[in-house]
Amino acid sequence: MSVHTPAPDLPPPSTEVGVIGWLRQNLFSSWLNSFWTLLAIYIIYLTIPPLVSWALLDANWFGSDRTSCDANPDGACWVFINVRFSQFMYGFYPASEYWRIDLAGILLVAMMVPLFLQRFRYKAWLAAAILLVYPVIAFQLFSGGLFGLLPVETTRWGGLMLTLVLSGVGIVASLPIGIVLALGRRSKMPIVRSVSVVFIELWRGVPLITVLFMASVMLPLFLPEGTHFDKLLRAMIGIVLFQSAYMAEVVRGGLQAIPKGQFEAAEALGLSYWKSMGLIILPQALKMVIPGIVNTFIALFKDTTLVLIIGLFDLLAMIQAGFTDTKWLGFAIEGYVFAALIYWIFCFSMSRYSQSLEKKLHTGHAR
Amino acid sequence: MSESDTNSAKMAVSDDVMIDIRGMHKWYGEFHVLKDINLTINKGERIVICGPSGSGKSTLIRCINRLEEHQRGDIVVDGVELTDDVKHIDQIRKEVGMVFQHFNLFPHLTVLENCSLALIWVRKMPRRKAEEIAMHYLEKVKIPEQAKKYPGQLSGGQQQRVAIARSLCMSPSIMLFDEPTSALDPEMIKEVLDTMIQLAESGMTMIVVTHEMGFAKTVANRVIFMDDGEIIEENEPEEFFTNPQSDRTKLFLSQIM
Repeated sequence: MSVHTPAPDLPPPSTEVGVIGWLRQNLFSSWLNSFWTLLAIYIIYLTIPPLVSWALLDANWFGSDRTSCDANPDGACWVFINVRFSQFMYGFYPASEYWRIDLAGILLVAMMVPLFLQRFRYKAWLAAAILLVYPVIAFQLFSGGLFGLLPVETTRWGGLMLTLVLSGVGIVASLPIGIVLALGRRSKMPIVRSVSVVFIELWRGVPLITVLFMASVMLPLFLPEGTHFDKLLRAMIGIVLFQSAYMAEVVRGGLQAIPKGQFEAAEALGLSYWKSMGLIILPQALKMVIPGIVNTFIALFKDTTLVLIIGLFDLLAMIQAGFTDTKWLGFAIEGYVFAALIYWIFCFSMSRYSQSLEKKLHTGHAR
Repeated sequence: MSESDTNSAKMAVSDDVMIDIRGMHKWYGEFHVLKDINLTINKGERIVICGPSGSGKSTLIRCINRLEEHQRGDIVVDGVELTDDVKHIDQIRKEVGMVFQHFNLFPHLTVLENCSLALIWVRKMPRRKAEEIAMHYLEKVKIPEQAKKYPGQLSGGQQQRVAIARSLCMSPSIMLFDEPTSALDPEMIKEVLDTMIQLAESGMTMIVVTHEMGFAKTVANRVIFMDDGEIIEENEPEEFFTNPQSDRTKLFLSQIM
């Protein structure tokens, strides 16, 4: 009997591997797919080159007024953004006091850096400081009055700074309130449960615009004559209560996904209700609903633009005010593209951060 | 384990009453789950409760540490009566450890954290001391090398042994086992049973709901048969298996043996 020698491996045909193979598999696998590929290439050809030449190649970058833009109307006028940039960032804040906002921003970043360091041991204390001490410092810096700082009324706050203040407060306050509401809705105590349900359903049932209108127009009517209640503060409270109702439902989704056995094991070990929630249930539930929580944060960040209808000038409102200025009429597109870019940068960062957080916290089913 | 080990373990029963259940009833809505349960368990006794599914065995032991509420009758654990009073419930839960069918380890914590958590937060022990105790019991269940892993990285048998160690860390005087081997693959049942036998030899008061009749024969000093929410029969294992009194017990034994 002869010994069988297996035939040597032949290299695959050039149509199966490499660039050609990839193209065949992914773009030209059938007549129909080839048609769609060609159509897509044609659409890209129609749209991308003009966009690039408008936004980058033909764009007007330098100058201090619209003369250069008017001379070259085919390109984008980034001069407008350049000239108005500090207003977009700081609103009507006095220019001599911009440093206070910068300082608050730098301080926040500096305080947050150690949170991302592996070896830093006092993360809990630092986080507590950021949540409790930092807002007080930032508020003092922004509004002034103490230590000889020029007082700046909240009506002069604006631009990206106002957007960040509103969304920062909204994010930081709505999560804990939302957690308490979610726990309340699942409570065995009938009064706590009913109050939570009514609160959540009430706020979820009205549009944010209505809430803001109520806060700015109707609330003062009910308050006694002469009471001053800051408009920004009213808007903030409105946003926080509105978003915490949404947050509560997201968190409740996570709580419901935790098996009953986890509660029972915690109870059997003698952990009290709050300890078992804080140590066992919430860490798991919140981890599970990170995508939902960040989704709510992103929605909140973008929803802050609605404050422009009650006369607060956030980033978008400042940009709109910029291009309705007679000196810069006609540059709305540049303004909106800039606004879109800023919002996208912030929202995309949040989304990426949530993804990395999910990966980092993924221990439950790790093998 | 050998005959002599078993016998020496069986002798360690004292006359102190650990658990006293009198005239206890429980309903789930309209459904009468437990009917007039009377049961006295002495210190160091090892009770095996068996019976068809839905007979109320798990509910019975879950009433002992108040995971379920009973509606009528008395349960007294180590001299403390189980009532709505949170202080009593806390006091009893300190004395009673529980091991579940599905382990119920905390998946977001390491094995060591699972075991030391309650020591730190309930017993208010410093972290280092709590971890020492946790390691001591992890060594007892023979998995100290897994301490830094997460429960999801362990086999079912290892997870159940961690769950036993977690309960033991609180130094309970009574251990409840709710079908501890039912969710395990056959080759892992023995390692968990061995751990439980070792525990029995140390004189722990144990109440075990299980279908492992081999375990009942070697370790238990009393076997209780439940059906339809009632205790039908209770006897020493020898008598129970060779000479069952009631027809329902005979039927049950013929089905599982």
